Amino acid sequence: MRGLPWPAKVYLIIVIGAAFALIGHDLVAPGQQDAFAQWDTLMVLALLFLLCESLPTLLNIDQVAVSMSFSAALAAVVLVGPEGAAVVGMTAVLSVRPGLALVKRLFNGAQFAICSYSAGQVFVWLGGRSGVPGVDGFEGLILPFAGAAAVFVPLNFLLTATMLWLADGLRADQIPISGMAQFLVSYLGYATFGLLIAGLWATVETISVVLVLLPLFVARWGFGQYHAQQRSYDATIAALCQAVETKDYYTRGHCTRVSLASTMIAQEIGMRSERLRAIRYAGMLHDVGKLGVPTKVLQKEGKLTEEEFAAIQLHPMRGLEIVRGIDFLDEAFAGIMHHHERHDGKGYPMGLAADEIPEFARVIAVADAFDSMTSDRSYRKAKPIETALAELRKGAGTQFDPLMVSAFIKVIDRDGWDPPRTAPADPVERSETVSKDHDDPTTPIQVVSER
Amino acid sequence: MTVVGRRAATPAVKALATLDSSQLLLICAAGIAAVAGIAYTTAVGLLDSEVAVGFGVLIAAGELARLTMPGNREVAPIGSAAALGYTLLLDMGGHPLRHPALQVIAVLAVGMIAGALPHLAVGRPPRLDAMARRLLTGALLAFAFRPLAEPLHALTPSSRGSWLPALGVMAVLICAMLFVDVVIAAMLRVEQVRTAFRVAVRDELRMAVPLGAAVAASGMLLALASHSMGMVALLVFAAPLLVTQVAFRKYAGIRATYLQTVRALARVTEVAGYVEPGHSRRVSRLSVAVARELGMAEPELLELEYAALMHDIGQLSLRDPIPGGATVLTDPEQARRIAELGAEVIRQTGVLEGVAEIVRRQCDAVSEGPPLASRIIRTANAYDDLVGGSTDRDRAGAALERLRVGAGSEYDPVVVEAMSRVIDRRTPGHRL
Repeated sequence: MRGLPWPAKVYLIIVIGAAFALIGHDLVAPGQQDAFAQWDTLMVLALLFLLCESLPTLLNIDQVAVSMSFSAALAAVVLVGPEGAAVVGMTAVLSVRPGLALVKRLFNGAQFAICSYSAGQVFVWLGGRSGVPGVDGFEGLILPFAGAAAVFVPLNFLLTATMLWLADGLRADQIPISGMAQFLVSYLGYATFGLLIAGLWATVETISVVLVLLPLFVARWGFGQYHAQQRSYDATIAALCQAVETKDYYTRGHCTRVSLASTMIAQEIGMRSERLRAIRYAGMLHDVGKLGVPTKVLQKEGKLTEEEFAAIQLHPMRGLEIVRGIDFLDEAFAGIMHHHERHDGKGYPMGLAADEIPEFARVIAVADAFDSMTSDRSYRKAKPIETALAELRKGAGTQFDPLMVSAFIKVIDRDGWDPPRTAPADPVERSETVSKDHDDPTTPIQVVSER
Repeated sequence: MTVVGRRAATPAVKALATLDSSQLLLICAAGIAAVAGIAYTTAVGLLDSEVAVGFGVLIAAGELARLTMPGNREVAPIGSAAALGYTLLLDMGGHPLRHPALQVIAVLAVGMIAGALPHLAVGRPPRLDAMARRLLTGALLAFAFRPLAEPLHALTPSSRGSWLPALGVMAVLICAMLFVDVVIAAMLRVEQVRTAFRVAVRDELRMAVPLGAAVAASGMLLALASHSMGMVALLVFAAPLLVTQVAFRKYAGIRATYLQTVRALARVTEVAGYVEPGHSRRVSRLSVAVARELGMAEPELLELEYAALMHDIGQLSLRDPIPGGATVLTDPEQARRIAELGAEVIRQTGVLEGVAEIVRRQCDAVSEGPPLASRIIRTANAYDDLVGGSTDRDRAGAALERLRVGAGSEYDPVVVEAMSRVIDRRTPGHRL
């Protein structure tokens, strides 16, 4: 508790106090003890709640762990009433999740108790009768239950978000809105499991819990596998792209940095999470086709012949040829193929202009040029970020899409640019230096006309 | 015996022609069951038609949302769970249901066909063998359980009993059905990819257990929920399984993308002109076929496939690539260095340790005791260097002769013999 700022401490004490007040009030109030008469049901639900609370599931949202305990709390609302539900919620204090600080346990227990109690009150207020519903009483259960869930979810979210805000200074704009919507929807989905448990209780009691939760635990396992594969995949694609780059010492790490910068721009212009993923990979893979360009062309000092320049211009097509077999990259293909088009239509390979250029390609073009300017080259040192941004601004409207440039400048101004640097490997043994960089807008490749 | 496609004219004919004999047998059996079920039901009339239609719609929806798991296994969890639920149904909101097994099969068949039609309309022909398997196992369970429905219902609390006997019978029969399903799947797999039956059963079991558990639980849930909730159960029950389905779809998606990406990026060595076009793909196919012949299970097969695809990736780190690639004709020291560099690249991923080790030891002599996967890749790589993309029998025979000369020192004799069996079996058009 020592680490918390004082407003968070005050808030914590208020929340815990409120939880105790709610439960204490009902213990002394006459006629309320019936809820605790069903202590066996209460025990089963509390155990279930604890089990779920100790095994949080990472769903498809990265930032938030969702636990199925929520379903158990809502089932308790129906089966043992508001007071019982509050007691069930409180057992979160005993969660066996490792590494959970006492303060967090206390807070979780208190806030679950408050949420469950409030949801229970709404349930009763909407005409729900607490207790095991009869076999034919299911239809009367639906509306009050929906009301209870509609109170539980936002309240739970509000209490937790306030704590995060007070304790860590989490700003509202750091919470992605689309992720939030997804989060709420999946939470409401979980609510139906509570309904199922409650509805089936009359028939098979505790077995209903097993039957409802088994598919969920399998789903949890499936999501776990998915996340593991996803991480492994990201690491693999990065390593392979870097392997392609080992050909040139100076461009080492270029792909991961372009990928990062592209993602920053894409986020700034409000792309959705699926497209963000695609552009991350597109940025990573945008130069794999460079391997198809003969090394002697890349290493040549001075001006290039038209034929040699044509070989360089072919690399986006070569890249496309390599990655075409990967299914999900539909939009990324366009980004890879057109990342050297220019806003004024003088780029390659197709000479598209302005809006004809796919959005992905316009994003990658900016990120690509920026990273090239801010990295060391054999013929010059890295430029400072400000100079590079000024260059981008200068090229906006001719080489680059002004929209992407301004988005990039905005995001760099706000978050800074601090990409992970790859460890410098031995430059003598494994790589060769290239005397020109086709990505660098300040040193354009010079072509001698053969005519 | 294998039936192999010979210049099929239309996609439908082609789909039929690529089926092997056990698949055809399975499809015929399922077809007979479906026809019998539908004929009987039309003759006798549909009992409790509302319930039948409700479940039929859910089966169709599940079939529509089918997904392909790693290893090209088609599953339809929601459809299977709905089929289970309809089979196990004892009553609906207290009203006892007495639909016979043949009606279950009819509902199953009609629902599955209805769910497959939209896929067909957009040009995705159904995997007939997978559908037939689902229908047949569903039919088996129906024949086993439906006759018991009435006595079991008499034991339930609606007539002063307990649900436990019914639940126990359901659980036992479902387990038996899942086991039969695994065995059928393994038998199909043996013929399809040429692996040992024992290995195939283990592979299928590994794939089937998680999804099977979820489907079984949901099916029983549906049957029980119908007792207290009536038809509403059909709507709410699907929620837990829907989450499972989403998880598995994502998992299957990333697995497929992973393989495609490794295949694509392994080709950079070809685009850069270090190795012959198609070399890494051919080596990986041959390696996987040989490994199956030797009874390798799926998790190791995947590592082997990745390693075989990337076995030449070390070339990228060389200042001067060896023209024509690291062939059998290359100086052994050079080849060893490429292997080391390649392993280094793969180790950078931080996750593919096993693959890196296989690549690193691909040039080791048999006496140094490299892993089986490395021995297979070494042999397959040498074979492809000698033969390339050619399918000429004489050339293949000569290459095998040359490998036999090196067997014992450079190449593992067991691997060489397995490879000669694989190549002998290979005819143009044979699927691997």
